[in-house]
Amino acid sequence: MTAETLFPLVPWVVLIPLAGILINLLAGRALGERGVGLVASLAALGSFAVSVLLAVGLAQQPEGQSLLLARWMSIGSLNVDWAFRVDTLSVTMMLVVSGVGTLIHIYSIGYMHDDTRHNGDPARFRRFFLYLNLFIAAMMVLVSADNYLMMFVGWEGVGLCSYLLIGFWFEKGEAGLGNARAAKKAFVVNRIGDLGFLIAMFTMFWAFGSLSFGEVLPRAAEAAPAVLLAITLFFLLAVTGKSAQLPLFTWLPDAMAGPTPVSALIHAATMVTAGVYLVARSLPIFAAAPAAQSAVLWVGALTALFAATIAVAQTDIKRVLAFSTISQLGFMVAAVGMGAVVAGMFHLITHAFFKALLFLGAGSVILGMERGHERHAQAHDGHHGGFDPQDMRFMGGLRSRMPVTFWVYLIGGLALAGVAPLSGFFSKDEILAAAEQVSPAVFVVLLIAALLTAFYVARQLALVFFGQGRSEAARAATESSPVITVPLGILAALAAVGGALNLPGSHLLGDWLHHTVEPLVEAGFNPLTAGIALVIALAGLGLGWLLYGRSPLTRAEEPDPLAVRLKGLFTWLRRKWYVDEIYNALFVTPYTRLSQMLAGPVDQGLIDGVVNGAGGMARLLGNLGRSLQNGYVRSYALIMLVGVALIFTFLLAR
Amino acid sequence: MNLSNNPLLWVTFLPLAGALLVALLPDARRSWIRWTAMAAALATFAASLWLLAGFDPSSGQMQMVIQVPWLRVAGISIDFALGVDGITLLMVLLTAFLVPLAMLSAWSGVRERVKGFMILFLLLETGLIGVFLALDLVLFYIFWEFTLVPMYFLIGLWGYSRRIYAALKFFIFTMFGSLLMLLAIIFMGLQAGTFNYTDLLAQRELFAGAQLWLFFAFALAFAIKVPMFPLHTWLPDAHVEAPTAGSVILAGIMLKMGAYGFLRYNLPLFPEATLRAAPWLAGLAVVGILYGAATAFAQKDAKRLVAYSSVSHLGFVMLGIFALTQQSVAGGVLQMVNHGLSTGALFLVVGMLYERRHTRDMAAYGGIWKVVPVLGALMLAVVLSSAALPGTNGFVGEFTILLGSFGAPALGTPWFAGLATVGVILAAVYLLHLYERLFLGPLTHEENRQMPDLNLREVLILVPILVMVFWIGLYPQPFLDLINPSVETLLQSVLPAAVAMH
Amino acid sequence: MPLSYYLILSAIMFLIGILGVLLRRNPLIMFMSLELMFNAANLAFVAFAAYHQALSGQLFVFFVMTVAAAEVAVGLALMVAIFRTRHTIDVDELSMLQG
Repeated sequence: MTAETLFPLVPWVVLIPLAGILINLLAGRALGERGVGLVASLAALGSFAVSVLLAVGLAQQPEGQSLLLARWMSIGSLNVDWAFRVDTLSVTMMLVVSGVGTLIHIYSIGYMHDDTRHNGDPARFRRFFLYLNLFIAAMMVLVSADNYLMMFVGWEGVGLCSYLLIGFWFEKGEAGLGNARAAKKAFVVNRIGDLGFLIAMFTMFWAFGSLSFGEVLPRAAEAAPAVLLAITLFFLLAVTGKSAQLPLFTWLPDAMAGPTPVSALIHAATMVTAGVYLVARSLPIFAAAPAAQSAVLWVGALTALFAATIAVAQTDIKRVLAFSTISQLGFMVAAVGMGAVVAGMFHLITHAFFKALLFLGAGSVILGMERGHERHAQAHDGHHGGFDPQDMRFMGGLRSRMPVTFWVYLIGGLALAGVAPLSGFFSKDEILAAAEQVSPAVFVVLLIAALLTAFYVARQLALVFFGQGRSEAARAATESSPVITVPLGILAALAAVGGALNLPGSHLLGDWLHHTVEPLVEAGFNPLTAGIALVIALAGLGLGWLLYGRSPLTRAEEPDPLAVRLKGLFTWLRRKWYVDEIYNALFVTPYTRLSQMLAGPVDQGLIDGVVNGAGGMARLLGNLGRSLQNGYVRSYALIMLVGVALIFTFLLAR
Repeated sequence: MNLSNNPLLWVTFLPLAGALLVALLPDARRSWIRWTAMAAALATFAASLWLLAGFDPSSGQMQMVIQVPWLRVAGISIDFALGVDGITLLMVLLTAFLVPLAMLSAWSGVRERVKGFMILFLLLETGLIGVFLALDLVLFYIFWEFTLVPMYFLIGLWGYSRRIYAALKFFIFTMFGSLLMLLAIIFMGLQAGTFNYTDLLAQRELFAGAQLWLFFAFALAFAIKVPMFPLHTWLPDAHVEAPTAGSVILAGIMLKMGAYGFLRYNLPLFPEATLRAAPWLAGLAVVGILYGAATAFAQKDAKRLVAYSSVSHLGFVMLGIFALTQQSVAGGVLQMVNHGLSTGALFLVVGMLYERRHTRDMAAYGGIWKVVPVLGALMLAVVLSSAALPGTNGFVGEFTILLGSFGAPALGTPWFAGLATVGVILAAVYLLHLYERLFLGPLTHEENRQMPDLNLREVLILVPILVMVFWIGLYPQPFLDLINPSVETLLQSVLPAAVAMH
Repeated sequence: MPLSYYLILSAIMFLIGILGVLLRRNPLIMFMSLELMFNAANLAFVAFAAYHQALSGQLFVFFVMTVAAAEVAVGLALMVAIFRTRHTIDVDELSMLQG
């Protein structure tokens, strides 16, 4: 098989998941749960297989190829095609998306079987897999596009899937509307980012006359600096929306309302990394606008720190992971902002492994808690209201109840903390090494973020798995079934050895990506920074252990040890620095008020008032004339007489 | 010239023939009446496809022109002149496509005075198609005013509680605008000695001196019809009170008459005035986009919300038209079609909900996706198409409009398009709000628990629209191929002339 | 006799007619007053015809007389119809056409 025969397969990465949707839509009811799950997983697997074949083709012809599928729209000088890009960067993303995606599909068969029953609507099982396949298709469009507009299709397409999946249990959540609100928030905040993407594309079109990578990127440096700055800064806005960076990160924590596999796939491993991919893809443009580069760098670095501070104070097991994701995305964005594309992509891949692992592990914990809750409720024939299976304060001691989950979670956690020789250590170290070259200030910020990361990992491990169970549910929790633990095992293996992709000295990933993007910063392995990073990680873990592990909490009501030490600051951290409240006060409430004012007093009062006023004027004039019509023949005759007399007088006097 | 072979005549007068046929049927035979009317509407659609088949998409000129002297007034000939170009063709196709669907939606909604309803509906279709095809200004004016009459009765007789107020407001508001246009038409006819559009176009220098006034007179009529901010207040009232089928036609086609009028008359006849007015009208369009979106968000009545969303969406169309670039105008034309489909579908769904619960108040719903999954899924697709999600029709239209307006020389600044892009966010806000209030959340009203899901007829109404939604979204090129040459011809006639007149 | 005598008489008759129409409430009297105005006009016609030695003025008088006869017939029929429905023919009671 040669590259020429392999590359034309690329449309199938999108079409196979779409075929999966079609089959499940038409025959889903007949297939049953197992069948639906199987078809959907096979569709994801098929997409993965095609991605592997493309990678094989690229091994022979690493410069890749663009493939035209059809003309999309053509008006005057605007020509946009449905065209696919096969190169090392896009295929890397395809492999991550479909690979992790397939594992999560398999995991979801088990997870959603339980979840749909817990939530009381087993019929929604099929819908979940329809959405999941749609997500794979949209994400594949995003990463395989050959022009920005097609990328935007995927970009908003994954946003739609995110909306659908966050709102999957649309009748649940706070006041029954919590999930629906979270979904809407995610979509709208993402749309704010999409505004940036759109305007960047408009600017690009009027500057370069094209939206295709092949025509814009090689000529990136030709445009005026102001134009380049506009394009890149608007792209940055898009990145902050999709990759949940400052200031648009607020949707991601709420997005945890979606089922846990969704959090793993969309809100940790793949969709949220789209922003990183966008910057990596557009690197030539960013390289020509140094000011934008440092903006990206600082946005990433500050987000990494900011989100990490919030993560240390959360009690919801998934929210900790959500803020951790935001923080890790900050690392990646900072990396690609510096131009260290290889480091950024490397971290993207390892993060996909270990964060998907952590989320799925958390899902397993949640299911275990729910099973424990139900067993306990059955045994005592009582109904416990207000049980939250995600609250870490009610967990504890799960190490012995759920051993497999514990071990894989431990691997994921340590990889996240950056402990050698797990994957996170190598990728994070590359970013830190690059930061050390580019900007010492950023380096320090990222180091603090790394310290906090290790700290909240230790806190979470201690609260969930160590000590003793702090609720009946935790004490009665049981291990999950193999359909859940097997994907966890595979992901744990990947999270452990994923660092091998770009080991110091081999630079497999670096060489592979070099064919497509030329990094601006070559971050070699630096023993000093690696050592510092490792020490920091161990310090963070140790600190966390000191606070939470040494004398574990025994009751759920006990105050958090950190809260005791930080006092008021802890409340700020737990309430996420009140960012949501600030945004509500600054944007949501004023907009609601404004729209109510426009709809009421302005539209119905002023504008329609003028209209009805004009009608009223006509009525007023009519009333004047009406008083003449009194119905008495004599007065008509008199008026006539007077009229005749006047006319005669006029004629005579003339 | 053998007129019986000309599809233009058939497509214009088939509905009229259908109306006459329906008038002969006995009142009590409701199903005869319905099916005859439907047959006439479908025959019109077939005729419009025949028109499409005979159309040469490579040319941007008027085609299949019919021109027969009709009347002579004060020595000036008034012709019966019809013709079609790419823009017209799309509008005619849209009309012929939507009318049978709207009629189908009235199958169960209209139970009283079916005969009158169907006759008026078919008359309306003749009027609408005539407006798009007319190539003589007097003929155009006659069709333009003629459409008011059936719509007035559709709202006034089959509407809801405040129907008389709404019908009267609709009638007088739009009539007010068109009177000035009539004066302008007479003035031009007297100056040039003809009312024929093609001849007037060739002699537009004759009234170039007064073109700012003429532009204004035409613009007022069209802006009310579109409707542009701040002349829009008749729209929510008319929509809310109109029966579903009436709302579909009102939003889907009648509003397009205004935008079409701008394209067909204002731009080519008064090029210099167009260039001078472009930033002002584009500014009003942008205000309309944002204002419509913000007001829609505050509505409690689902139908009112959709009505205000029309103000916002038509703002995009107007921005596209007055940005005067190839992309923006072509996008504007496409968006006219898109709005007809998406907003038409929104009105249809709201109508279906109304038939089930007899209220348009959003608070009476909530969480009904569980009860009516098919309706919920189809509504979601419609909402997303209205919110311009990529892959649906709305995106292609809005994207090309905004892209074209962003660097438009006629506007001179990217701010118009930049602010209009904010409308894309606001659209997501109010549309998802609508969807959330109706379909998401917990089921709060017991009476909604028994709501029946869509029946086959209702699925048959929505599916063709959704097919078009995704077709235009994923592969709009066939439509753009129809639009492009005509838009090119149009702009070539506007821009150099305007520059030369300076 | 000079022409002016006839015209003065005609003017007086016309004025009486006008006052009759304006002041009386009985439609029969109003009709009679109308007849008086017609005849005032007729008198003027005839006087001018004699003065100018032209026949057309006398001709017009016949026209006016026929029209007046027809008008009285229609008017009286209306009166009868109104009296049947409203049981009065007082014109002040007949103000239903007021705006």
